[in-house]
Amino acid sequence: MIDFITALTPAALIHHAPALVVTVPLILSAFTAIMPSSRAAWGLCLSAALFVGWMVILLFGQLATQDVIVYAMGGWDAPMGITYRVDALNLQILALVASIGLLCVIYGYATVKDEIAKDKRPLFYSAFLICFAGLLGVTITGDAFNVFVFVEISSLATYALIAMGAERDRRALTASYNYLVLGTIGATFFVIGVGFLYMATGTLNMADMAGILAETGHTRVTQAAFAFIVVGLGLKAAMFPLHVWLPNAYATSPSFVTAFLASTATKVAFYALIRFLYAVYTPDTGFVMLSFTWVFAVVGVVGMILASVQALFQSDPRRLLAYSSVAQVGYMMLGLGLGNALGLAAALMHLVNHAIMKGALFMALGAFGLKFGISKISDLNGLGRTMPASAAAFTVAGISLIGIPLTIGFTSKWYLIIAVLERGWWWAVAAVIMSSLLALAYITRMLAAIWMENPPEHHGETVPKTRAPAMVLVPMGLLAFANVYFFFNADFIVGMAQRAASAVMGGQ
Amino acid sequence: MFTPELALALALAIPAIGGVFVALTGSSAFERMFGAQPNVREAFTLIAGLALVANVAYLFEIAHSNPTLTLAEMVPGLSLTFTLEPLGALFAAVASGLWVINSLYSIGYMRGNNEKKQTRFYVCFCIAITAAMGVALSGNLLTLFVFYEVLTLSTFPLVTHKGDANAKRGGRIYLTILLGTSIGLLLPAVIATQFLAGSTDFVAGGLLALNDVTPLISGVLLVMFAFGIGKAALMPIHAWLPNAMVAPTPVSAFLHAVAVVKAGVFSILKVGTYIFGPGLIALAPTSEPLAWIAGISIVVASIIAMTKDNLKARLAFSTVGQLAYVTLAVMLASPLAMLGGALQIVMHAWGKITLFMTAGAIYTATGKTNVSQMKGLGHQMPWLFIAYTLGALSIIGLPPLGGAWAKMFLIQGAWESGHGILIVALIASSLLNVAYLMPLSIQGFFQPPPVEPLKKKPPMLVILPPVMTAIGILLLFFMIGPLREFLEPVFAVTHPMEVSS
Repeated sequence: MIDFITALTPAALIHHAPALVVTVPLILSAFTAIMPSSRAAWGLCLSAALFVGWMVILLFGQLATQDVIVYAMGGWDAPMGITYRVDALNLQILALVASIGLLCVIYGYATVKDEIAKDKRPLFYSAFLICFAGLLGVTITGDAFNVFVFVEISSLATYALIAMGAERDRRALTASYNYLVLGTIGATFFVIGVGFLYMATGTLNMADMAGILAETGHTRVTQAAFAFIVVGLGLKAAMFPLHVWLPNAYATSPSFVTAFLASTATKVAFYALIRFLYAVYTPDTGFVMLSFTWVFAVVGVVGMILASVQALFQSDPRRLLAYSSVAQVGYMMLGLGLGNALGLAAALMHLVNHAIMKGALFMALGAFGLKFGISKISDLNGLGRTMPASAAAFTVAGISLIGIPLTIGFTSKWYLIIAVLERGWWWAVAAVIMSSLLALAYITRMLAAIWMENPPEHHGETVPKTRAPAMVLVPMGLLAFANVYFFFNADFIVGMAQRAASAVMGGQ
Repeated sequence: MFTPELALALALAIPAIGGVFVALTGSSAFERMFGAQPNVREAFTLIAGLALVANVAYLFEIAHSNPTLTLAEMVPGLSLTFTLEPLGALFAAVASGLWVINSLYSIGYMRGNNEKKQTRFYVCFCIAITAAMGVALSGNLLTLFVFYEVLTLSTFPLVTHKGDANAKRGGRIYLTILLGTSIGLLLPAVIATQFLAGSTDFVAGGLLALNDVTPLISGVLLVMFAFGIGKAALMPIHAWLPNAMVAPTPVSAFLHAVAVVKAGVFSILKVGTYIFGPGLIALAPTSEPLAWIAGISIVVASIIAMTKDNLKARLAFSTVGQLAYVTLAVMLASPLAMLGGALQIVMHAWGKITLFMTAGAIYTATGKTNVSQMKGLGHQMPWLFIAYTLGALSIIGLPPLGGAWAKMFLIQGAWESGHGILIVALIASSLLNVAYLMPLSIQGFFQPPPVEPLKKKPPMLVILPPVMTAIGILLLFFMIGPLREFLEPVFAVTHPMEVSS
């Protein structure tokens, strides 16, 4: 399949794929903004997403024969120019962003029509494409300052996207403003860190930085840079306790945006963090190891429990799932904090799996929202009868989030716990299990409303059975199906995560 | 070509496909085309049931050859695998055989009481029996865990069938306790096994014992398994079982006798035999306290049962007590006791299903649910009450009924392993059984018949099934020779630790 597509593609396109994957959506975003109709804007958006998917497939093909693809922008080589760098680690993130982006665009057709005013739709799609390109850029670039640029590109677009929720819920404006303030602080921290590193090493290329740091050793400056980078990216990744912007943003933004952000934005930030921790710094450095144990593992464990407890007490389903996302980042932090290849692989695996389940869950909530207003759990009453297909997708993804077998949530938990046991941290196993039980509690709260309560009545009659449009059902159904499919064919995600982990860990 | 591997696959496929046909013939589209055809729908359940029985009978014949079938390999080293072995074959035989009888009974009961949503009811049964087959034939802990959870989820709609507030409450407790214990304790225990032993395969002699896991860690794991398998209803996590009594009676029979609780104690037996091995259990420091907890469960549950006037509640607590026998047998770790435990699964299943079907038949005919209201009914329904009496006597443990053997081997095993005091608990339990099971028979026959006639004549299909199972109990008493021969090799595997020490 990959070979077939590669064979059909002109050689120049294959060669420039790393650059095109970012530039094409970025350029198309400008054209999208001036499209006369929302349908044309959507079409352009879809073609950009399809093109990105095509490019990612080409990258898969190229990476099958080599370990790493290095692409020099404009032909300017490393220390002078910006290089794009694809290896096993970021290829899977690229694939994740590209496929979630594509599914979300399809999903958006009906929901954007429902939630965004007609004249603003082209602008909305344009903002989405900027955000999409920014996230792909963060993932693919090999240049530290370029990471900052793309983080800002995607963030600025994200603020606008969240604020577009104001038509349905005015609180989106404050949520967006909050996120703008905090996001800017995070980005500033990050750029200060990168500045310190530039000061210490004289280069912005991440591979070069690593080489120079290995030679010269670490100083106060690089240690301070480390702290700034961890806090800055940690904020973007919504690592507990830097997550306060997230619940409101997820709860009020348009459902298309929530589904997209929940599955990609925090994941990409987390990836960037892994890149800095493993490819610029090395985990065997004393203070890095220390941060693994005391910052990532311990705070991750605290976060997964506290955020789950908070989720349990939410009354708005979207806020509930948002807190659950914070808790799930805790699993990834714990995996990362283990400091071994097994743990890193578990974290990466959960990163992908969590994107799949949360994407499906938020899409299903959006589908419910098309027909009914959903602002509290009791609004979910009886949806099992009124919207069975969407309710089924929600249920499958919810079961996956708990970690019940036959879903990818189980695979995630399996590998994470094995990795934790390998490290001998029994307390962390207890915390993971505790958090799973809390997930069981908050998911069953929603599922009980969906399946066991009676549908609401309207003028004395039970509301009739209805169905979300096909353009919503298909991407949502695919994601829900992926939850089960990748349990049986776990090799794809597990293998990718393990290759990625061994690629960055080297022989360690 | 009919191979053992194909038979393994069919054991799961037959009820699953049966479920598809039941769903199709009961669907609203089918109804629009051909009109409601409940007889066609039920025919598919029965055909699937009979085909499954035949298939399992074949598996029973070849159980000692241990064919293996890998359904799916998720990643190298982690797979859904089925391996046939005698214990699993035995459980599969019990579950499939009783499913057919229970289905017959369901038809009578559900129609007799005009229950709603019968299609969903029969489909859930099919899925649940598929899951029970998966548990029975599982070749590793991972597979067992997967189907264990499927069983929980597929029986949930059955428990909440009535759909009223009470049913929802019972269902919520059912789901919370079973999923909570399985995720909170069983899942980490399974993963820890994978971590310690490098696999989760069921191995004769005990996987953990072969991997030289220390008795202390084994002891911790043993506790996690004993309480993590919440379906075994060991006190204090038995609360889901009495609460699940809100379900229609065929479901109660299914929970208690055919699949759910049985799957729980079967899992404990299987884990005890193939993951720990009797030698390691004997060495583990927690097996002794767990044996005592099981002993206390037996006595306390029986005492609670005596206080219940509602017949189904009484039977529910009786199940809690009777199934703690199996946990006790595993914790005693003597071959004879474990043989007794395996037999107890079979004998209790046949006995208890008889009692539940009686309770449901009385309800269908008279609408009565309390023992104190049932005086003299034996005159109106003699066959039913004779069947009940045989079932009750088997559970008490009197020959010539099947239950006698299970109790006898258990007592011998307790003696053999030096737990004389626990024998007292076993005998006390039998006496308590007499006290709470026999009044119904005695009052039924020796009190004058009630003045008012039956509300309606009970349908044939609620009387015949308990009579069939009662006859089964009698036959089982005489089949002990072959059964023992069939099971003994399982427990006779010489334990590696004993050899080395």
